[in-house]
Amino acid sequence: MTRRGQIGLGAFVLFVLLVIVWRTQSTDVAAIVSTGLFVGAFQYATPLTFGALGGLYSERSGVVNIGLEGMMLMGCFWGVVVSQETGSWELGVLGAMAAGGFLGLVHAVLSIHLRANQVISGTAVNILGLGITSYGTNAIFGSEGSGDVPRIPSVLHFLEKVPLIGDVIGGLNLMIYVALALVAVSWWFLFRTVWGLRLRAVGEHPRAADTVGLPVFGIRYAAVILSGVLAGMGGAYLAFGLGSQFSENMTAGRGFIALAALIFGKWKPWGLLAAALLFGFSQALGDALQTILHVNAFLVFTLPYIFTLVALVGVIGRSRGPAAAGIPYARQ
Amino acid sequence: MIRRILRSPSLGEFGLSLLTVFLALIVGGLAMAFTGANPLGVYKDLVVGAGFDWPFHLIPGNPLGVNALLAENNLVATLVLFTPLVLTGFAVAFAFRCGLFNIGGTGQFWVGSVCALVVAQHVGGPGGMVLATIAAGIGGAIWAGIAGGLKAYRGAHEVITTIMLNWIAIYTTQYLFAVAGPLTDNSVGNGVSKNILESAQYPGIWGVVQKIHIGIFLALACAVVYYVILNRTTLGYEVRAVGFNPEAARYGGISVKRSIVAAMAICGAFAGLAGAVQVLGVNYAIPASDVPVIDIGFTGIAVALLGRNTAVGVVLAALLFAALQSGGTQLSGSFNPELASGVSNIIQGTIILLVGGELVVRWLVGRAKHERVVPDVNPNAPPPQLPPQAGATPL
Repeated sequence: MTRRGQIGLGAFVLFVLLVIVWRTQSTDVAAIVSTGLFVGAFQYATPLTFGALGGLYSERSGVVNIGLEGMMLMGCFWGVVVSQETGSWELGVLGAMAAGGFLGLVHAVLSIHLRANQVISGTAVNILGLGITSYGTNAIFGSEGSGDVPRIPSVLHFLEKVPLIGDVIGGLNLMIYVALALVAVSWWFLFRTVWGLRLRAVGEHPRAADTVGLPVFGIRYAAVILSGVLAGMGGAYLAFGLGSQFSENMTAGRGFIALAALIFGKWKPWGLLAAALLFGFSQALGDALQTILHVNAFLVFTLPYIFTLVALVGVIGRSRGPAAAGIPYARQ
Repeated sequence: MIRRILRSPSLGEFGLSLLTVFLALIVGGLAMAFTGANPLGVYKDLVVGAGFDWPFHLIPGNPLGVNALLAENNLVATLVLFTPLVLTGFAVAFAFRCGLFNIGGTGQFWVGSVCALVVAQHVGGPGGMVLATIAAGIGGAIWAGIAGGLKAYRGAHEVITTIMLNWIAIYTTQYLFAVAGPLTDNSVGNGVSKNILESAQYPGIWGVVQKIHIGIFLALACAVVYYVILNRTTLGYEVRAVGFNPEAARYGGISVKRSIVAAMAICGAFAGLAGAVQVLGVNYAIPASDVPVIDIGFTGIAVALLGRNTAVGVVLAALLFAALQSGGTQLSGSFNPELASGVSNIIQGTIILLVGGELVVRWLVGRAKHERVVPDVNPNAPPPQLPPQAGATPL
């Protein structure tokens, strides 16, 4: 997307939001536009950021990943299980990463080794994730649910003393800061290191990468498993960072919004972060409108998808992904 | 021995799907055994829960002791779910035949539902019924046609666009029928539409508690339509040609773009009809809370894959998935019914994995060449005319 396009889109978003706020009574504006709204935007954006980062590695290596939803859900569930069994949120996060990584491995074997259609494989991963977690929650916890488990703590309380924005950026959940740090690390890794270059090369032109001796399969495996691990971290945050227990299908489509954020952010770390924040903000706003003002705000939730469609269609600079994404690679 | 039978061309396709189901049932059984349930007992309950024991009560003297009324209710419930699944199955299968992947069944289903609802709220009688059904088909066709148009003329991959269109449709439908929505029946207060006119409801044909409605004939008629369009019309020929090799099709004078838009629109019409069937035959209204949880559109993917995109295959696969889902809700005694939906999803996911990875085929024929069920796709690829072939690696 061009710079002008981004500014135009941003202005359009603000316009829509202003109209929504204006349509409500002016006394309620203060209740909506508050510190809570911006903190909410961060909270909503974090699982999207983790998911989109996961998608970034996978797709940059040439494997389309529409299974983020299932991987995230697996992270939610197994994170809660481990966290409850061990009483330690740290181990819970590790469990979530392992569970997401496991589905990543399933996706990797199918789409890399068996050269299955990557969209079908991703669909299978989503349905398996839903099946395993809804089966597991009833089998392990029964109908009363998991109950509250040890939560990931909030950190960096000293930032709360920063003037003006301290209330928003200070004392957030650890995973929110981890997500921001991972965006920076991913940018550095993908665009400033040799292995990052190799990963992108495999996603753009695997035959050329193979010719110069790069392990195409190995790199793709690593990227797709990492993709699941990151999605699992997003799930961990959702289940026992933001919330404190597991409920069936609790991701509720966040994996797909993460995919949208990845595309809207043009397969770039900072781009996807901006997209996740924008989508997170629109979700937080919709939520605030519904819970505080009891307005029917479901239309606000369509915004991320409409933006992504517009970006895909290329009215304001087209989003285009890695050239070899979606195509199985066969050595000759 | 099994290998030899399965390799015979006549039985091959059917045998492959049968073997796939069998393997998936084993995986589901392992999950159950893992948590201490007896898989055989559960599967027996599943068959009974789906009402498949009903024909046995017709045997003189009823030697199996089938509870005829219960079996009838269960079978009716299965067939009621079977009806929309056939249609969403065709919505995915038709796209596969054109080399397209339609994940948008859910969105097209809801657009069709809303169209049918609005028409049937205002026009009654047989005319209203027909009009509402047609409106649903057109609504779904337009919604899917958007994705087709974006693919053909802007190069936006249909997988991504149909996912986005799904969520736009889901949230918009929720908006319409949630509390304080524009089409909500605000006298009730829990977010549901007004009912359709009674005279516009599909008449029931069988059943006591729940009734099978005439929509099942619509679904079966669509199986014929699907077969005829694909195999007996120019459009179907062009669609299949594009599915095999878009570049060759274009070289042969077929408009690839037009075929893509037409194929997607036909897919959407099928999914939209599934929405009509649910609104006019089953629910008579749309509760907002239903919208995010109904996954009929999504199950169509598994139905199409297992049915290998053939008319008969899709019908049989839809019957299987309807039985899995409907039978699961009737489970009792040996199994916690809350586990049933999980098992049903695990089996469904495994079937997609097996078909998608062609694991059974690989096991049977080794590394030998085989025809792919669906072509490879590249969601981020340039417009369709640029890569030489959907399945070929452009290197």
